[in-house]
Amino acid sequence: MMLEKVVLAIITTRKEKVSGSTSVFVCDTTEEMEAVAANLEAILDGIAHALSKELYIIVKH
Amino acid sequence: MNEYTYPILLGILVGTSVRMFMLRTDDRQYPTYLHGKIIHVSLGFIAAALGTIAVPSIMEKEFTAVTFLALAASQFREVRNMERNTLSEMDAFELVPRGNTYIEGIAIAFESRNYLVIFTSFSVTLAYLAFNIWAGVGVAIACFLLCAKYMSGFKLEDIVEIDKSPLHFEGAGLYVDNIYIMNIGLPERQEEILKYGMGFILTPKHFKVRSTIANLGQRQAILHDVSVSLGVFRDSGTPALVPLIKRDLNDGRIGVFILPQLQDPDRAKQVIANVPVLENAIKKPAKRYGGRNV
Repeated sequence: MMLEKVVLAIITTRKEKVSGSTSVFVCDTTEEMEAVAANLEAILDGIAHALSKELYIIVKH
Repeated sequence: MNEYTYPILLGILVGTSVRMFMLRTDDRQYPTYLHGKIIHVSLGFIAAALGTIAVPSIMEKEFTAVTFLALAASQFREVRNMERNTLSEMDAFELVPRGNTYIEGIAIAFESRNYLVIFTSFSVTLAYLAFNIWAGVGVAIACFLLCAKYMSGFKLEDIVEIDKSPLHFEGAGLYVDNIYIMNIGLPERQEEILKYGMGFILTPKHFKVRSTIANLGQRQAILHDVSVSLGVFRDSGTPALVPLIKRDLNDGRIGVFILPQLQDPDRAKQVIANVPVLENAIKKPAKRYGGRNV
């Protein structure tokens, strides 16, 4: 099955900002968040988009 | 050997030569390699034979022979299907796909060129039989000139102004001039894009070509041609590094974002200028208003 326009993961440093059924990765620092997002981007074959300085999502296009 | 031998030979020879002449390739085109060429030269030979033999058949009052041309038509429609299928299959493995509109354009060209061969052979043989060999040669030269003139359509440089424009980020948003391209989250990707990316703004020369360059197939064709000619800085598993074209809704300009491996803006501009305007993307809105340019 091909997924399109799906949020595969959420990476954030502020846990209270997000909720829902998507996998959430909570990080302590911005650097950690960027490293996790970079890894997930490669693993999930999606694009890391920044919604704010504290919130990244990985989207499969 | 009879009175038709030489006219038939000339017709087939000229027809096949016309097909070979129209099979010129460069690095953007298909077929690039020998086997693909052999298929098309052989089909060109068959087309030439069909066109040529129609003339003596009519002269011998064998009118049913004309039905062979109907057979030819279905045969060459099959060529179009074959090209479409092959190219669509291969497209899934391209780093930057051609897109269906481009593929359809190529398939149409293959079919129509076989009809041009039939027409050429028919005319050459008819001229030879009706007049003499020199009339046949004259018609052959005329057909070559006509094919050379009508073989290629418009190029992008005929309908747009191309200007290089620097890429910049506003937050996570990537922009070419004031046209938003995409959201790139990771700073590391942003650096790669600023290092390897290149931006161009294509401004339509007339109002009427706005919808042509807005066509998604036409845009994909630009990206494909640039990526084939200059290489592309991407791999499978790096979806963030994808060349894209977005449109300015206010004035119809399009922003081209590419990631060429060969960092040569002049060459990139030249490649974009030479992208064919796809037949299927051409719209003629002016005709709707009685030919007025609106």
